[in-house]
This record gives sequence, structure tokens and C-alpha cells, in this order.
Amino acid sequence: MELPLLHLALVGTPNSGKTSLFNALTGSRQKVANYPGVTVERKEGFFVTPQGRQVSVVDLPGTYSLRGRSPDEEITRDFVLGKASGETVPDLVLCVADSTNLRLTIRLLLELKRTGRPMVLVLNMFDIAARRGITVDVERLAKELGLPVVTSIAVRKGGTADLLKLTDEISAKLAAEAEANSWRALSVAELRATQREADRIIADCVSLPARPDTWTARIDAVVLHPVGGLLVLTLILFVMFQAVFAWAQPAMDVLKSGFDALGELVQATLPDGLLQSFLQNGVISGVGSVIVFLPQIILIFLFILLLEDFGYMARAAFLMDRIMGGAGLHGRAFIPLLSSFACAIPGIMATRVIDNKRDRLTTILIAPLMTCSARIPVYTLIISAFIPAKDVWGFINLQGLVMFGLYAAGIASALAVSFLIKFFMLRDYAPAPFMLELPDYKMPRLKSIVIGIYTRAKMFLVRAGTTIFSMMVLIWFLASFPQPPVGATEPAIDFSLAAMIGKALEPLLAPVGFNWQIAVALIPGMAAREVAVAALGTVYAIEGGKEAAEQIGQVLATKWSLATALSMLAWYIFAPQCASTLAVIRRETGSWTWMAVTFAYMLVLAYAASLLTYNVAVALGAG
Amino acid sequence: MTDTNDTRPHMPLGLAKRGYTGVIQHLSAREAGSALSDIELESRLIELGFVEGARVEVLHEGLVGRDPIAVRVDSITIAVRRREAMAIIVA
Ligand SMILES: Nc1nc2c(ncn2[C@@H]2O[C@H](COP(=O)(O)OP(=O)(O)OP(=O)(O)O)[C@@H](O)[C@H]2O)c(=O)[nH]1
Ligand SMILES: [Mg+2]
Repeated sequence: MELPLLHLALVGTPNSGKTSLFNALTGSRQKVANYPGVTVERKEGFFVTPQGRQVSVVDLPGTYSLRGRSPDEEITRDFVLGKASGETVPDLVLCVADSTNLRLTIRLLLELKRTGRPMVLVLNMFDIAARRGITVDVERLAKELGLPVVTSIAVRKGGTADLLKLTDEISAKLAAEAEANSWRALSVAELRATQREADRIIADCVSLPARPDTWTARIDAVVLHPVGGLLVLTLILFVMFQAVFAWAQPAMDVLKSGFDALGELVQATLPDGLLQSFLQNGVISGVGSVIVFLPQIILIFLFILLLEDFGYMARAAFLMDRIMGGAGLHGRAFIPLLSSFACAIPGIMATRVIDNKRDRLTTILIAPLMTCSARIPVYTLIISAFIPAKDVWGFINLQGLVMFGLYAAGIASALAVSFLIKFFMLRDYAPAPFMLELPDYKMPRLKSIVIGIYTRAKMFLVRAGTTIFSMMVLIWFLASFPQPPVGATEPAIDFSLAAMIGKALEPLLAPVGFNWQIAVALIPGMAAREVAVAALGTVYAIEGGKEAAEQIGQVLATKWSLATALSMLAWYIFAPQCASTLAVIRRETGSWTWMAVTFAYMLVLAYAASLLTYNVAVALGAG
Repeated sequence: MTDTNDTRPHMPLGLAKRGYTGVIQHLSAREAGSALSDIELESRLIELGFVEGARVEVLHEGLVGRDPIAVRVDSITIAVRRREAMAIIVA
């Protein structure tokens, strides 16, 4: 007989390894990192138990209670209580605990018991507990709690075998067990009572050696030092941005010459004509010019992944809390903002951990000002074309320094905007509390880093192959048609639709020093920032005709003034050139207004910044 | 729980210096002047393990106004602002 699907839910305090367990059970690759609040969405996956039972398992955001104080915690509460619309209540709740730190989970578990759902306590991270000399009397704990207890090591192969076996045993006799839900929000006295009860149970069943993680203490002595800690943080960010520029170069050169060779091959083998132009100008000069930046994107992700896995993110939030508070930002905003260096979309999603609505909204509004990885191609292209690659003070690469400056400008303007929001809009603002668990450091796991990078690189390439490619086809078409009349002497592109559109927009952008080619590139650049690079590549390649085997960077160096280049950099610090980010803002704030506000304020800032930059640069003789 | 610090004066954790160790005597959310309601603040503190009898140690402090503080509560480390820590009375 085919048994019905068994529904499991993973519930537990933040950072206890729920997602790791989910990945281990289902073979998924959901994001895992060493700080509280990584998962902010509900994710379902499937697996089959050793005895062949079909199981659905849902990974949920971590929470300390079922009160649901922030949007992510509400997701967990609603799912466990069966409030989420169209959802079945889980048949079995797996309460996942960090075995080195049972107090808060056992309290949560005592609260969860009131929901009446059948439950299992999973003592995860049992390897770390064993290493620290923590011993748990599993049988006694199960008896005290009145439910099955099983140990697990989510990140080790076979580390979930016991859990799988138990799932089979339990699923056989489940139906009888479910009880009525008697949960309601706990009073302070009840909370206290559950914590007392939890502490009593732990005292009875767990022996803790007086040996905290000495490594964590040693590292924190430096990393959380009031002054030293901030220096370390600055140094980390500085090295990160320098590295993006300096270390990625060799790999980028290889890719670049690869695309050059490909272009030459196309030119040599295909007859002149539309197909040759499409492949050479549209695909290779366009999409190729974006793919070249893959090494830089991988590097920035590598840095962020390492910091996340190591356990540094929560520390950085601690260091920055009061400093960001001066600008009206909450300490919890730091992690979403730092992830926005990779991409604003997960950054904006991550703001779900911020419980105060205003703090969350401010963070969402400024997250797109953080220099995301899609700006890297634009910045790099212009910097390498216009900024000499010399060293300053002997060891700092000038190009890297400019890059760092652009990141700094993004951060500074984000803080300034947040300050203005606090000052003008939210005057009666009372700072919401900052409370954050600082997890023990963990050695970053090679496998999870590799998977993380692989997923991100794949996303980038898929985007290059879809969004960017389709934009390129459009631009190539606009820039190639209509074809010039026979006997025309001007470059063919002057007769095209692209030139018409660009020239119509030119008067609007002339004050900031943009020519019509840039105007054409900015419009498809709304879909994604990198598209602008590809679009410039295509437009200039078509304009240059067959001789233009040159790299787009070299073309820009001859066609643009320094003032135009700087103005373009200033534009990209602010411009809202990303449709997906705007869509996520709309979804997360639940309002078109905030999306429109973001778009408008960024556009105004971009124009103003470019106007200023261009005119100052021209006045200084860079026109 | 046995309290070995009976002789020490009670004080809010929010005033403790780095290196301070003590035991939580009680919670008094009214004293804190937090943006949260008393009940909410007390609930959150309890959910993070700040209950009577727990051992606390102030491990680190921030730069601006020595705020926030990183507190060891039994087996975990929690960052809180001094304002909220005023609600935790220790000795
Ligand atoms: N050594 C060891 N590390 C683990 C184990 N399980 C998880 N981890 C690590 O613990 C950290 C947190 O894991 P996650 O799976 O992201 O935790 P989570 O419960 O999903 O966290 P949130 O989504 O923030 O609630 C990561 O650094 C994992 O690599 C384990 O069994 N052993
Ligand atoms: Mg998770």
C-alpha cells in the first residue's frame, strides 16, 4: 500500500544547523552560514527513508519562541501552528538543537510541546559537543522530555543515519499521537518557568566541562577589541576590494584573450554579413565582455562566503552597531548590507530578521546603494580604461584604490540617506534594541564554500546567457537596422534605430557628459547593470566596423573624455539600474510606493552626482 | 539556585565593566527605558537565557560609549546594548 507523504518541519533556535540538516536529508543546496538569521524563507524538499517512506521536509527560519516578532519568525510560527494558508500542519516536528548550547532550544521545545504536534529533539552538532567534552545522557533526556531524542552531525556523511532510522520508526505509529493545540503566547511568568524547567533538565542530563571554546575567546580578544576590532574590519574590507581588482586580473586576461580569439575565428571563418556581425558584435563583444568579469565576481563571493562561514558577520554587526546607530541604522542591518555587496536581492530579503518596521524599511531603501557585484564590470571597465595602473606609496594599486573609493562612496551615501530618513521622516524614532547571539567560530568548510561559489557563478553565467543575451540581441538589432542606404559615407550605425533613440535622449544626458552611445546603453541597463557594459561593447563594435577588433576598454579610452568616464562612475554609484531589485523591494515592503520612492530617489541622486562630477572635472580640465 | 554573591551589591548589568562576572538576581524591565514595552523586553531577555541564577560575564564592549556589550550567559555569548542590559540586575 502506498503510504501518504509524511510531512516534517525543521524548527529550532537560529544557527542550530536546520538548513544543514535539510541539505543533508534532501540533497539540496540551500544557504548555510555561521550566523543567526540565515534562512528567512520557508523551503520544502523531499526524500525517501531507508524503508521507502516518501517524506516532505520544510526548512524554516530559526526562532527563540513562537511569538513571531519579526517577519522571518512569523513564517515559522504560522507554519508550526498551521496558520499559513493552504498548508498542512506538519505530521512531525524536528526540533533541531545545537548540542553545545541546549538551554534556549530546550526552552523552545517545552513551548513547542504545547502545540500538540508529535516532536523529536535532534541534538545536532554532536561532533562539536563531543570535541568539547560535553556529554549528554540521551536516554534520560528523552524520558524527561517525554519525546524521542536523536543525535546528528548534519555536515558529515552519514551523520543523519540515526535520524532517518527514527523517522521510519515514528512514522509507523504516528496517527495516534497528535494532541490538541493548546499553544498561546506565553506570559513572562510562563517563559521564566519554561526556562527554569529547561535548566533543570539540562542540569540532570548534560555534563558541561568548564571549558568554553578557547579559540573563539582568543580570536574575539582581537576581533572584538574596541579599537583593534574596527581596524581589523576596515582592513578586511580594504583587502577584499583590492583583491577584487588585483588578484582577478590574470584569470580575466585569459578569458579576454579567449573571447578575442573566438571573435577572430568568427571573422575569419564566416562570410561578411549579418550572421558574422551578430556573432561577433552582439554575442562575443556583448555577452563576452560581461563574462570576462566572472573571476572578480567569484572573488567577492569567496570573501563574503568565508566571512559568513567563519562566524565573523555577527561580530561585524556588533562592532558597527553604535556607529551605524549614528546614521539611524540598526546593528542587525549590517549583515543584510554586507551581503548586498554581493547582490542587493538576498540583502533585502535578509532584512526580514529586523523586527522594527522602520529599521527594516530604512535598510531596504539603502541596500541598493551598496556596491553590488553587478557594478563590478562597469567600474572595472572604466577604471582600467582611464586610471593608470601604477602603485601609490609603493604597495597600493591605484586602480584598486579607486575601486575602494567607489565602494566607500556607496557606503557613505547609504549612511547619509539613512541619516536623512531618520532626520526628516522618522523623527520620533526610538532606537530598537539590538540583541544578537555571537556564535562560536567555525572553520569554513571547503565543500560549502565550493558549492556556494559554484551556485553563484552558475547564476551569473545563466544571467549572461538569458537576460544579458536577450538584451544584446535587442541592442544588436537596434544598432544594425535599418541598414544604411547604398553609397552612404557615414558609419552604418548612424542610420540605425539605436542612434535615433540615443540621439533623442542625448539632450537630457548631455549636461552630465553622456553621449548617445551611453544613452542607448543605459536603457537596457535597467534590466541589469552589467548589460550596460555589454551594450557599449556591441554599439561601439558595430560602429567601429570590421577594424574594431579592439577591446571595448581601449575604445572607450579614445572615445570618452576623462570627465565623461568619471561622470559615468558617479552615475553607477546611485542609479537604480536593476529591475529585479525593484521587484524585490516591492514584494518585501508590500507596496508600490516604496518601490517608486527608491527608484526616484536613486535616479535623482545619480543625475545630481553625475552633473556635479562632470562639471567639476571639466572645470579642472578633464573635459 | 545557590547564590555565591550574596554579599555583593546589586547593580544593573548595563553599568558593568568589561571583565565583570556575576549572577542574575532578577529582571526589572521598567528600569531600562528601552523602546520596547516592559513585557516585551523581559520576554526577549528570558528567551535569550537571561533568567535568575544564570551566570554572566561581560566579555567585550564596543567603542562608542563602551556600547554594546558582549555578555557570556552560561554557555552562549549575546550582544546587547547597555540600555537593555539595564533591565538585568546582577550581583
Ligand atoms: N561541526 C558541525 N557544524 C555544523 C553542523 N550542523 C551545522 N553546522 C554549521 O553550523 C552553522 C549553522 O548552520 P545552518 O544550517 O545555517 O543553521 P540554521 O539553523 O539553518 O540557521 P538559521 O537559518 O540562521 O536559523 C554552519 O556554519 C554549519 O556549517 C554539525 O552537525 N556539525
Ligand atoms: Mg537556516
